[in-house]
Amino acid sequence: MIASSLTRRTALMGPLVAIAGALVARNAFATADQAKEWLAGHARGTPQSGKVTLKAPEIAENGNAVPLTVSVESEMSEKSYVKAIYVAADGNPNPGVAVFEMTPLSGKAEIALRVRLQQTEKIVAVAEMNDGSLYTASREVKVTIGGCGG
Amino acid sequence: MADDIKPRLRVPTSAKKGEVVEIKTLITHPMETGQRKDSDGKIVPRLIVNSLVVTYNDKPVLNARLEPAVAANPYMAFFLKVEESGTLKFTWTDDNRQSWTAQSKIDVA
Repeated sequence: MIASSLTRRTALMGPLVAIAGALVARNAFATADQAKEWLAGHARGTPQSGKVTLKAPEIAENGNAVPLTVSVESEMSEKSYVKAIYVAADGNPNPGVAVFEMTPLSGKAEIALRVRLQQTEKIVAVAEMNDGSLYTASREVKVTIGGCGG
Repeated sequence: MADDIKPRLRVPTSAKKGEVVEIKTLITHPMETGQRKDSDGKIVPRLIVNSLVVTYNDKPVLNARLEPAVAANPYMAFFLKVEESGTLKFTWTDDNRQSWTAQSKIDVA
């Protein structure tokens, strides 16, 4: 089941990666597959969509500091809470962005930060619940000026 | 340069029991990605704050592991459920294992 969903997603991502690759040929950038690999390295299993919300501007003029808010639906009680949130981006030199480990002490599973985006790319977040279930969401941000220097 | 690195906090000083309060943090740090080149064309080595650990009365609240894709002067805002008065402690650590700490007290009225 995992294999089939991977192929389907890979097939969908293919054209996007090709376009991104054509636009940025001067450096090796992460691809959607690498972002997925990075996330899978942290959160084992197949995430289902839902529960996770990513808030970011649709268009970021400056990729140096793009505001991003990740929130996850959870009561954040001892019984049911978000254990970790993993954030990746599929067009930066490296796919990883950040890992946030949480506890019920948070009260609310939401975290805001500012990220660097090299180009128009997709931000993907995976939330791991304390029962091991995984949820994911993604959001594309169009970037006018990239934010990784170089 | 390291002398300019300074943590900043915005934490409420009091809260009602059971209240969920927002905590805002920032540390002034260049977060060198290891991708940038200086004027001589040499790559500036990576030097980022790679971790922020937050505890309340020594119980873990948030453990953030950061990659170079986090913007310079890393800002993070998150939440804390306050059940009792206590001390919120923050520790940032960079690639050179240098660390900065800050703390703030919250009173439950």
